Amino acid sequence: MSAPIKTPAADTLPRPAGLAGLASDWASDQRTFKNVSWGKAMMWIFLLSDTFVFGCFLLAYMAARMSTTVPWPNPSEVFALEIGGTHMPLILIAIMTFVLISSSGTMAMAVNCGYRRDRRKTAILMLVTALFGATFVGMQAFEWSKLIAEGVRPWGNPWGAAQFGSSFFMITGFHGTHVTIGVIFLLIVARKVWRGDYDTERRGFFTSRKGRYEIVEITGLYWHFVDLVWVFIFAFFYLW
Amino acid sequence: MAHAEVHAAQHAAHAEQQQHPIKLYLLVWGLLFVLSAFSYLVDYFGLEGYLRWSLILIFMMLKAGLIVAVFMHMAWERLALTYAILLPPLLVLVFVALMVSESNYVLFTRLAFFGTGP
Repeated sequence: MSAPIKTPAADTLPRPAGLAGLASDWASDQRTFKNVSWGKAMMWIFLLSDTFVFGCFLLAYMAARMSTTVPWPNPSEVFALEIGGTHMPLILIAIMTFVLISSSGTMAMAVNCGYRRDRRKTAILMLVTALFGATFVGMQAFEWSKLIAEGVRPWGNPWGAAQFGSSFFMITGFHGTHVTIGVIFLLIVARKVWRGDYDTERRGFFTSRKGRYEIVEITGLYWHFVDLVWVFIFAFFYLW
Repeated sequence: MAHAEVHAAQHAAHAEQQQHPIKLYLLVWGLLFVLSAFSYLVDYFGLEGYLRWSLILIFMMLKAGLIVAVFMHMAWERLALTYAILLPPLLVLVFVALMVSESNYVLFTRLAFFGTGP
């Protein structure tokens, strides 16, 4: 009689797929996200909330741009560079886009190696990703200094609508902050991978819990999200 | 003990589940490069008007879809998670509609009361 009550091991039974699975997963008195750990689910939910933050920024930019009576500065010209005597429109932003996409590629590889428990490759690929991220932030710092030197301020600029500066600094600044945090996150996890924390089941410094290689995928989710946000910023702010 | 075993089995199963061929990642990586190059060319060739905007949006959605589906493994997750994450952002479109109407009104009042300049 004192035996612990055995709940049916729902997770081990085959679950229905498709829409029937959706309905049964969301039905009452059970965990909803069946084969997703809490860490991954919470990262996804955080990313969802971050989507709304960036969505609001882009909306504010849209409202400012649509309602101004002054012409909007042409981003193609504002972000042009003279390279070797040739005038290249928007070239810096294009390079930044390719750098960020490359970093997403190396991150995807790192996740793959992580699940194959290839400690060295995972750590190296994460470091390469962090390096690409740092390069991106460096280029952004260059872009900001260039624009500030040309007289762009949150309250005005030499070429047109005053809201250009405030939208630019807010949107790219917030995105750059995300990239910077991502680089720090990557470096921390890469160090743990390199040290073999997830092979020796060493306990975490803050949490005293054993880590798993899944953290590489969770870090990857954050990093791909940063790339995803850049896709939208690139389309709406720089190309539109 | 049994619980721990079930847990370990789950994790093992999960690890296997998100294991996809490197070739697929390389393909998506290449596609993202090509699509980014296309978006850049839209600006480079100076396309204007609805052609420009529709091309920008098409390339943007394709890139976003590839990143979420393959790099973030959403294509292999159960629908319970996919819908919980992907449906709510669609509500932002309602907000967009509201703000478009509001912006048009603000522009109208600015033109009506301040002339062409602020």
